[in-house]
Amino acid sequence: MAPKVGVLLFPGSNCEQDVLEAFSGLGAETDLIWHGDRSLGGADAVIVPGGFAHGDYLRPGAIARFSPVMEAVADFAASGGPVVGICNGFQVLCEAGLLPGVLQKNAGLRFLCQTVTLRVASRASVLTRDVEIGTELRIPINHFSGNYTCAPETLERLIAEDQVVLRYADNPNGSMDDIAGVSNAAGNVVGLMPHPERASSPLLGSEDGLPLLASVLASTRAIA
Amino acid sequence: MRDDERMASFSVHVEVTQRPGIADPEGATIERSLPALGFDEVRGVHVGKSIRFSVDAADEATARSRVTELCDRFLTNPVIEDATIELTELAEAGA
Repeated sequence: MAPKVGVLLFPGSNCEQDVLEAFSGLGAETDLIWHGDRSLGGADAVIVPGGFAHGDYLRPGAIARFSPVMEAVADFAASGGPVVGICNGFQVLCEAGLLPGVLQKNAGLRFLCQTVTLRVASRASVLTRDVEIGTELRIPINHFSGNYTCAPETLERLIAEDQVVLRYADNPNGSMDDIAGVSNAAGNVVGLMPHPERASSPLLGSEDGLPLLASVLASTRAIA
Repeated sequence: MRDDERMASFSVHVEVTQRPGIADPEGATIERSLPALGFDEVRGVHVGKSIRFSVDAADEATARSRVTELCDRFLTNPVIEDATIELTELAEAGA
């Protein structure tokens, strides 16, 4: 049976349809999950998509983390289920405490919308389990607050525990240690600023996001 | 209502600032622009957030404790931000 990918929908999310489309193309069943729901509807993987949940008021992700659905996401993550936050979704997962650190304003104070080169830094995550370390991927970024920041001791731990999943080849936003994506200690919760769903077809100029999304699907089969 | 149950009302001003050592690109950008305006003598520009509200509590210590918890859990991200809390007692609620 095809794995079912649940994509959260907050007021202000704007990448959810792209994520649905990309996963459908990989043969997954897909479903939107409203932020007010308390259940994930039997999803085998959860994606927190990009956008501006709750208008990014106070801080990106600060209000979204209190949505009823986030309790279900936390339970799902605690049970080992794959959870991936993309862009604003990464910010939401950090605010929710499911990932370490925080995304602050880009160092240059510019909104960045460009395709960047990423290097896979770890395979110990649901997003990268099927991609070789060192693989270069061309994937778009589209953010104002993507400057990954954490306490120095947290950064040491992330590196030591293989939780830095993706790095920028040419750091666009000031992120510590060129970090573009991190995972939790177990590797089943991942956040990344780049948008793999926007690199999922030759029509979009790159298909480099597909191996990452395919890894998430493969991880649901490994669990089931 | 008995005297010992009477609630007080406090005006609260929370100032959210970047923690020491955390980059403040907005403040730095403002500071860099100042010489062009003739303000060469201005130093140490930092940009934060100002949040105002009122809170009811039995006493000031309780109010401060509740507001501190609110700041830790919601109004700031403790990884990068600090909060400075100012409390001012208003006229007693219901008085």
